[in-house]
Amino acid sequence: MKRFTDLYTALDATTRTGEKERLLVEYFSSTPPEDASIVLAILTGNRPKRAVKTPVLRRAVSEMSGVPPWLVAECYEQVGDFSETIALLLPDDCPAGTDEPLHRFVRERIGAMAGLSEETQVMALRETWSGLSREQKLVFHKLIGGSFRVGVQKKLVVRALATVAGVELAVMDHRLAGGFAPDAEAYETLLRTEDETDNAARPYPFFLAHQLDAPEEGLDAALGDPRVWIAEYKWDGVRAQLIRRAGQTLLWSRGEAIISGQFPELVSIGRSLDDGTVLDGEVLIWRDDSPRPFAELQQRLNRKVAPVVQPGLFDRDEAVLVAFDIIEAGGEDLRSLPLQARREKLIETVERSGDPALRLSEPVRGETWEALAKIRAGARSRGAEGLMLKHRLSLYGVGRRKNPDPADPGWWKWKLDPYSVECVLIYAQAGSGRRSGLYTDYTFGVWSDGPEKPERELVPFAKAYSGLTQEEIEKVDRFVRANTTGRMGPVRQVKPELVFELGFEGIGRSDRHRSGIAVRFPRMLRWRTDKKPEDADTMAALEALLSAQDGGRA
Amino acid sequence: MGSAPLVEVTGDGLFCRAAGCHIDPWKPVERAIVTHAHADHATPGCGRYLASPTGKIVLARRVHAGAAIDAVGFGETIEMGDARLTLFPAGHILGSAQVRIEHAKTGETWVITGDYKTRPDPTCEAFEPVRCHTLLTESTFGLPIYRWDPDELVKAQINAWWRENSDEGRTSVVFAYALGKAQRVLGALEASIGPIGVHGAVLPLNEAYAEAGIALPETVHANKETAGELKGRGLIVAPPSAAGTPWLRRFAGPGGMSTAMVSGWMRVRGRRRWRPVDRGFVLSDHADWPGLLETVRESGAERVGVTHGSSRQLARYLSEQGLESFVVPTRYEGELGTEREEEQAGSEAEQ
Ligand SMILES: [Zn+2]
Repeated sequence: MKRFTDLYTALDATTRTGEKERLLVEYFSSTPPEDASIVLAILTGNRPKRAVKTPVLRRAVSEMSGVPPWLVAECYEQVGDFSETIALLLPDDCPAGTDEPLHRFVRERIGAMAGLSEETQVMALRETWSGLSREQKLVFHKLIGGSFRVGVQKKLVVRALATVAGVELAVMDHRLAGGFAPDAEAYETLLRTEDETDNAARPYPFFLAHQLDAPEEGLDAALGDPRVWIAEYKWDGVRAQLIRRAGQTLLWSRGEAIISGQFPELVSIGRSLDDGTVLDGEVLIWRDDSPRPFAELQQRLNRKVAPVVQPGLFDRDEAVLVAFDIIEAGGEDLRSLPLQARREKLIETVERSGDPALRLSEPVRGETWEALAKIRAGARSRGAEGLMLKHRLSLYGVGRRKNPDPADPGWWKWKLDPYSVECVLIYAQAGSGRRSGLYTDYTFGVWSDGPEKPERELVPFAKAYSGLTQEEIEKVDRFVRANTTGRMGPVRQVKPELVFELGFEGIGRSDRHRSGIAVRFPRMLRWRTDKKPEDADTMAALEALLSAQDGGRA
Repeated sequence: MGSAPLVEVTGDGLFCRAAGCHIDPWKPVERAIVTHAHADHATPGCGRYLASPTGKIVLARRVHAGAAIDAVGFGETIEMGDARLTLFPAGHILGSAQVRIEHAKTGETWVITGDYKTRPDPTCEAFEPVRCHTLLTESTFGLPIYRWDPDELVKAQINAWWRENSDEGRTSVVFAYALGKAQRVLGALEASIGPIGVHGAVLPLNEAYAEAGIALPETVHANKETAGELKGRGLIVAPPSAAGTPWLRRFAGPGGMSTAMVSGWMRVRGRRRWRPVDRGFVLSDHADWPGLLETVRESGAERVGVTHGSSRQLARYLSEQGLESFVVPTRYEGELGTEREEEQAGSEAEQ
């Protein structure tokens, strides 16, 4: 109980992701499985059921502290958390707290509570309280209240456990994908070293394209003959790998999360594929022969689904995988084959499958850069964001490369809107008129430096008011209220968590802005719920836009 | 007892007709007794001020230049009109006073506490309980959730945090209001851990404390010249308004910086989250719930007026305990929305 309380208190006290991860690693690597399994279940959302009803707690705390019930209610109003209110009201007569192991505490002090009469429950509460420190009382109340939430993303828990077990993140993600019940044995199995079953689930690291910034007239010089490039539409979906191995199918998103449950119709493609096949592509919602806006895909992603894939879960099966690459065939890693050769295998695989949910990404044809630029200019009307350019000889590399390498030319994204930046919401202010009372006016920040600098900070660089739907505005409003970290007059500082794609028409230097940069007509293009704040752009990206623009004018 | 109370609430604040004098007025008046120099108690522009001798030293730096300030020693009684007036230490900040007013003819006695704390504090005169018929008490922390841990424990927490930061090359930054809280924090620090820097707003007040003979550890003005010395191992005391400024960023050490807020509000986690700081230390210059109840009891008062804070709740609680109690309105009531009132309580009261 002591170690768990310390963990909870420390996690609650910090907003730094790195620090939270360090705390979790430390906890899981030094805690016996009987206790660790309970904590893991709580952290992954499998909370203990409510053992004591609130009125019973209220009565017991009033009796024990001598504070009348109306005053307990007044206190709750100021504190905003009932577990904490009680902990603050009870006498601090045992600052050292209990040494009881968590699993015994949960079994004997909480599990045993459920069936008791109200009188006996009050007695049991008083008895337990007398041996707990203030922090332990808070944790105890959360445990018996049945709504234990810890401010830690599941992703972080998975990462910490992967570190403790010494396995890849994707492996741990897969092991935990079916949920976790508090059981010591299951916990030990979870932390085992990698084996065959893990290999069957593992995706390849996604090969990422670099943003192409060269002006259209400079493409001949930068990329050479357009005919050695394969150009495809760049779809606005979710990048994913469909894995068929050992008779099982898994769908992994680029965020290294398993999204099989949300897309049963894509999982069923697996039945038409040979064992040992991995396809890379873009998941989209497709209707009337065109892709739907990202928001519709988002709804699917947000659906809470059981870990077991349920065919026919959704009214209409309209998700598709637009496959543009094949990374494994016949169990063989194809990443060192040139794209041209992989593409032939891909076409063959897609044709053989015949599943309507599996579509082939069709190249667009243009003999000159001018012709391709024309197609790109019309991409929006096709529901695409621009074009992808992939060299016919490109291998399937790892991650995103910094510079084009003539010996191994890579992939480029040639997006339509050159002025689009991914940034993080840092301040919010209530709007006026129709939007009064809602937090609708936002300030966005980009990172001062790249992720290699742990002390980097978010620099405010633009304000925007428009671009979101009413529903999204209300969601952001709720987030702002629940995640305010500071106030300056009417402006709230919020936890840097939400990522938005911000579009703008022009960019220039400015002394009046802290970032030194001002943008024209900024608006939110999209709420990137698939992105984490650390994925947001940096000042260097803005500088690059700026110099590209300056260079173009000069 | 006469027809009008000895002390009444007017549009300018508390007023004693018998003495012909206001107490902590919120508008400029002819004569003002000032319990202490915090902005919500000391209004510039009054004709004459009366404060304790150490209170005068601080007040002179906070109200308008050339203000006429009289001083009367703690425990000395002076005659003002039909009233006898005595100041007693309130233990809130240097020179803070409770005001006892006795009607020369009827002998009826009122005590106005101003802000106070009952715990000993080496940077100001120790609180003294005062007997009276009617007590007007503050209630900033007038809810039973507010019970302070022993000061020694909190001081040890602050020093341990500083030591840990300095071991990891992180600069420690404590946000504390420039008058009172800053000096209390300075007094709690173990100077052997590293150099201590203060923000420019804290400097003149440290001088006032020195003039009053309060011993504080050696500090440097945190600026460009001293940044090298403070970076990574020093502790900087600055007002909360310095958070996030370029001034502050220049002190980041190789391990960055860790920020902390020192306030009674930090007892509640939700309040801690309001502030974008890494740590909250619970150290207040106001009485906690047991301190408030003890003060009421020791005053022997038959009637208790409650002001500033959770006045409604404390007054109701005291009534249920059999005391005649009432709420004394403060300057802010009714003027602001609830949200801003809360902010006001969080910032003004701890100034
Ligand atoms: Zn004060």
